[in-house]
Amino acid sequence: MTTEVLTSADYIRHHLQNLTCGLHEGQIHCAHNAEEAKEMGFWALNVDTFVVSLVLGLFFTLLFYRVAVKAKQGTPSGAQNFIEWIIEFIDNSVRGSFTGRSALVAPLALTVFLWIFLMNLMDLVPVDYIPYLAEKAGLGHFKLVPSTDPNATIGMSLGVFFLVIYYSIKIKGIGGFFGELALMPFQSSNKLVQVLFMPVNLLLEGVNLIAKPVSLALRLFGNMYAGEMIFILIALLPFYAQWTLSLPWAIFHILIVTLQAFIFMTLTIVYLDMAHQEHH
Amino acid sequence: MNINATLLGQTIMFAMFVWFSMKFVWPPIMAALEERKKQIADGLAAAERGKHDLELAAHRSADLIREAKEKAAEIIAQSDKRGSELIEAAKIQAHAESERIVTAAKAEIDQEVFRAKEQLRMQVSAVALAGAGKILGREIDAKSHNDLLEKLVAEI
Repeated sequence: MTTEVLTSADYIRHHLQNLTCGLHEGQIHCAHNAEEAKEMGFWALNVDTFVVSLVLGLFFTLLFYRVAVKAKQGTPSGAQNFIEWIIEFIDNSVRGSFTGRSALVAPLALTVFLWIFLMNLMDLVPVDYIPYLAEKAGLGHFKLVPSTDPNATIGMSLGVFFLVIYYSIKIKGIGGFFGELALMPFQSSNKLVQVLFMPVNLLLEGVNLIAKPVSLALRLFGNMYAGEMIFILIALLPFYAQWTLSLPWAIFHILIVTLQAFIFMTLTIVYLDMAHQEHH
Repeated sequence: MNINATLLGQTIMFAMFVWFSMKFVWPPIMAALEERKKQIADGLAAAERGKHDLELAAHRSADLIREAKEKAAEIIAQSDKRGSELIEAAKIQAHAESERIVTAAKAEIDQEVFRAKEQLRMQVSAVALAGAGKILGREIDAKSHNDLLEKLVAEI
């Protein structure tokens, strides 16, 4: 946090570097910079993303589990009230968008919303606290916000994508699923023309299908990464002036945090609804 | 910012959390919510029923009160009637009694008068006898003249 250009760039780069650990030059250790992380290739782990998302996931599942175990029909109080409020909100969203019947979709939506919300919420922790503590603990880098790591967002969207494909095939059968990809949007009563349309349809619908997980993952990642970046840039200001920008941005960010979690959840529900519906 | 095995880890973690929510979080909370919804609906229905019952009871009590009032009025009317009947009967009885007493008194008076007359008649005869004796200046044999006097007395 100095005025020199070089150190500013270093500062930003430092903040954007995950704690990537993996096999490098014959031994397992954590990367000191982006180049080393790149050299580790695919079989490396972003420990910070992994640990933070695991802790957050455990936090909300266990919190909800505790309430679920004690859930009683009488007058609810405190935590149970709050959690029932969330559950009803999710339930209403699912009922509004999902027309089929499924035991999976509502808990899936709950998990998506809360997990993403909590991961995004980490963005509101001042950007220097955790890297500073990590440095004291001997860790070179530590990115607190898992949703600014594309691995986390793509990981979730892949999960959704698998479910979409699974339910498409389960509901419509393999033939029905491929028929949906190959026989639309261009249709013809002439068999020969229909066959000629097939590659075009496959291309269009294939792009359509692939675009779902990609857009899910990149929308969340892009929003959170940009938000994080702006927090880092604000942190470059002198400390007495930071609040003039970081406060409004943080307040605005509360909206983004919730909105992005909500969008991811709603789109997940919609995609699964589409997978459950038969087109004719 | 590399794509690496974290991706797979996140997908697996995601699947696990979804599974956990599906298995242990969502169903019990939903069941509790449903149960409460039912309880509230039942409670509202019971309240509605109670209100209805109350209305019925109010109707019934109003009916009862009206009936009781009618009966009381009837009883009062009846007792009034009976009372006047009794008074009427007592009057008649009193009247008869008074007649009887008056008649008895009259009879007694008549008897008394008769007796007094009888006595008076006796005394008059005695006085007349005494007076006649004195007037005649001589002794009159009371016995011999008694028959005459008795006849006289009977005439008076």
